[in-house]
Amino acid sequence: MSIDKSMSVLIVDDYKTMLRIIRNLLKQIDFNNVEEATDGAEALGKLRAGSFGLVISDWNMAPMTGLQLLQEVRADARLKAMPFIMITAESKTENVIAAKQAGVSNYIVKPFNAETLREKIEKVLGHG
Amino acid sequence: MAERNRRPGQAFTLATRLAEIHARHPAADPDMVAEVVRSVLATMNGDLSAKETSLLAEVEELGRTIATAKAEIAALEVDVITVSHIPFATDELDAIIAHTAAATDAILENCETLDRVAAGLTGPDAAQLQEVTTRIYEACGFQDITGQRITKVVGALKAIEAKVEHIVTTFGPGGGEARPGLPQAVDTASLLNGPQLPAAAMDQSDIDKLLASFD
Repeated sequence: MSIDKSMSVLIVDDYKTMLRIIRNLLKQIDFNNVEEATDGAEALGKLRAGSFGLVISDWNMAPMTGLQLLQEVRADARLKAMPFIMITAESKTENVIAAKQAGVSNYIVKPFNAETLREKIEKVLGHG
Repeated sequence: MAERNRRPGQAFTLATRLAEIHARHPAADPDMVAEVVRSVLATMNGDLSAKETSLLAEVEELGRTIATAKAEIAALEVDVITVSHIPFATDELDAIIAHTAAATDAILENCETLDRVAAGLTGPDAAQLQEVTTRIYEACGFQDITGQRITKVVGALKAIEAKVEHIVTTFGPGGGEARPGLPQAVDTASLLNGPQLPAAAMDQSDIDKLLASFD
């Protein structure tokens, strides 16, 4: 079974430049149905209102961080199974453990490359 | 000084001093002077031992040191640090973020144009062009990382600014009154460590291993 690359992907980052980079890298690997949010609260609103197949989120955002967004997603009956990838500069062990305990599907540390992004997406969507 | 501790000749010395004062100031009544001295001595709680005298000297020295430090702080014009140097440094760092963001946007815009051109091509040239634009997108991630690092530096400068202000308020001219400690930042972001220096950072393979250890 191949990955449905037409699925909606929500990318979340407070750096608009980073959103643009991730959007372009997703496009390179044929994910063209991409929406953006610039913080956790906006992302949660979009997730609850829409129908997404994957969330790719930064951690360090205000007022709601990526970790808080992940916790909200996992606590929401409709969203709790949503594949959730954290892409962040937070590279301390305590961060990775906290994200894992909150239910992150995978974790990418910045700076990252397109191959790592592709590999992690395939893994969380069950084809890695 | 207590009677029992008075050394021989000490009373004589006091009498001699009173006589000398009387000689220099005939109007001064020695009894009155003696009474004043007794009154002063009476305000002291007991005798000062050698240790206490030494401690008093140390305290006096400490007082002089503090006064000197206050004068030196005033002479240093440390206000310049908070009023000029640190705001200048943070403004410069903010400008770096703005400039790199603008430059990165320009690079991305041109890269997107290349992608559109590549979409009209086929064969090895198209593949090579896409490979190149992918590398450019990846490299542009520097702007996010440097931005986060600069934000950490700005935070450190602001912490230094607050500490300097506290020192000036406490020890500078007109200072000295006890002031409540600086409010501690509420620890709402204990896991927001930002980018780590290479020696302290885990790379992607370390993170993959850590995540795998949960499975």
